[in-house]
Amino acid sequence: MSTLEIKDLHVAVPTDDAAAPQKEILRGVDLTVRAGETHAIMGPNGSGKSTLAYSIAGHPKYQVTSGQILLDGVDVLSMSVDERARAGLFLAMQYPIEVPGVSMSNFLRTAATASRGAAPKLRTWVKEVKAAMSALDIDPAFAERSVNEGFSGGEKKRHEILQLSLLKPKIAVLDETDSGLDVDALRVVSEGVNRYRANGDVGVLLITHYTRILRHITPDYVHVFAGGRIVESGGQELANELESGGYERFTRRQEVTGVSSS
Amino acid sequence: MTATTDRPAERGVARHSHGDVPMVSRGQRFTSYDVDAFEVPTGREEEWRFTPMRRLRGLHQGVAATGTAQITVQAADEVLVEDADPSDPRLGEGGIPADRVAAQAWNSVVRATVVTMPAQTRIEDPVMITVTGPGVGQIAYGHLHLRLEAFAEAVVVLDYRGSGTYAENVEVVLADGARLTVVSVQDWADDAVHVAAQHIRIGRDAVLRCTTVSLGGDLVRQSPTVTFTQPGGDAELLGLYFADAGQHLEHRLLVDHAVPHCRSNVSYKGALQGDPAKPDAHTVWIGDVLIQAAAEGTQTFEVNRNLVLTDCARADSVPNLEIETGEIVGAGHASTTGRFDDEQLFYLTSRGIPVEQARRLIVRGFFGEILQKITVTQVRERLALAIEAELEAVGV
Repeated sequence: MSTLEIKDLHVAVPTDDAAAPQKEILRGVDLTVRAGETHAIMGPNGSGKSTLAYSIAGHPKYQVTSGQILLDGVDVLSMSVDERARAGLFLAMQYPIEVPGVSMSNFLRTAATASRGAAPKLRTWVKEVKAAMSALDIDPAFAERSVNEGFSGGEKKRHEILQLSLLKPKIAVLDETDSGLDVDALRVVSEGVNRYRANGDVGVLLITHYTRILRHITPDYVHVFAGGRIVESGGQELANELESGGYERFTRRQEVTGVSSS
Repeated sequence: MTATTDRPAERGVARHSHGDVPMVSRGQRFTSYDVDAFEVPTGREEEWRFTPMRRLRGLHQGVAATGTAQITVQAADEVLVEDADPSDPRLGEGGIPADRVAAQAWNSVVRATVVTMPAQTRIEDPVMITVTGPGVGQIAYGHLHLRLEAFAEAVVVLDYRGSGTYAENVEVVLADGARLTVVSVQDWADDAVHVAAQHIRIGRDAVLRCTTVSLGGDLVRQSPTVTFTQPGGDAELLGLYFADAGQHLEHRLLVDHAVPHCRSNVSYKGALQGDPAKPDAHTVWIGDVLIQAAAEGTQTFEVNRNLVLTDCARADSVPNLEIETGEIVGAGHASTTGRFDDEQLFYLTSRGIPVEQARRLIVRGFFGEILQKITVTQVRERLALAIEAELEAVGV
């Protein structure tokens, strides 16, 4: 049973402006994700959703200025990127990176060896990868292609979920996994996430701009993200409200608080 | 002295080697068999400005040969290997020298090696051509002429090794429908200077797959020129180089799309590692692609990527695309020079792969992309080992 705790997290990014070398993106995020829970974070573009995802994974561009991230009480912020992953955190990226010359099969096996602490036995590993690829409708030929190179947007997303199913993290952060997917791909990818959820006591933080993926992956909690923090939390009904009313109510309120605090 | 008289000995609107007259187009560059038609370059000229002239050992100043390079050809019986006189009319079919060193080499050879793959013949085993330098302190010139007659198919490995100074012209003439795969390996000893002009002429529907690997030598300068003479030609030029401290590795390519419906793809990747106690490691890549007005339906892409592994290293990269017609399928170029791709590193480490291991994967992947296209197994394995040794020396 794992718990990811985010406490009053403030994150800034460097700018080109010498007078203001840092720009604050996250302004006090509080969130606890327990095993067995799925949290959806919804928010307009530029609200800081992806910054939250990358900060959890430890991308060097994002500087945590204050606050804490704890995994089962252990300080995540003092860990390197690879240590966080081996501790059980996983980020499915919105724009997976191409790594030319490194085959998908070599990459998956290296990653599995790192996260499991020992190289998986070759015979069972090959079976395991084949089954996982087939469940996500991925052509076996992709195993010999370079990591993400020349993949379509949908193929990249399927491979992110393939890694999720093979690496079996304790907590998975899915950053706009639904973006750019057609209806069929969205279904396949969502089923993959649901299988991962059903397989164990895992926590999911699902970041999305749209509600459509929530018809496939039912969240326990829905949080509205605006201006770098969570402005409202609720259940599925909050997602329904966003679907009909959009983000306007939340972004307007953000502007009002912005004025009053200045 | 020109090799033959039945061809125009000079081409080009203006001499530009001393920079008086701006060149209108890469395709109009000056060419000649006559050494004295070229000024002695000073190093300020566009095509010499990256080259350390003092390390050319006089090749550009008309230095005479003091020795000979040994050229051995190991090939199946169908392949015709000749020791030809410099006046042989076939010489020059690939192209005409475009700089003074190439013209010097052209006029300095006593014999030229002509290797012919006969029409409609598929040569099963790779043709192995080994060029051994003239030895430490010696200077030699050479001329190699590879010709594939119509619909011939062959794989040629060009293996350069040994010591000394060597300037040469290499001609590659592909007749209609011919298919040639070339792997050229510059595995010179540390003292070697190698200046080569490759003149490549591609006939109708002919296909060239060329991979150039430059590892050794003090100074290596290669200038391949690809000319399409008929529609349907297809040329892929891949390169891989690894410069250590003090090495100068220069690749200057010109792909001339003069006729319609040809395809070219250029991809060169290099790594550099310097040493604060020694002169810089230096690489130069010039990629000129010219799409002439008549070359409708052209498809071309060129890319150069440099991985700077340490301080004290300098990579110059100049892609240049000249397009005279809009009726093309596609044209593009890209160039990157950097320490390391941090996003790739983030991606791999975010999957739990330790940083050092991720770095190794990325660097090997960087070279692997070119290496995996070398179809001659023993050459590919030998190069993979050589690169592994280079990387281990820097601890990557």
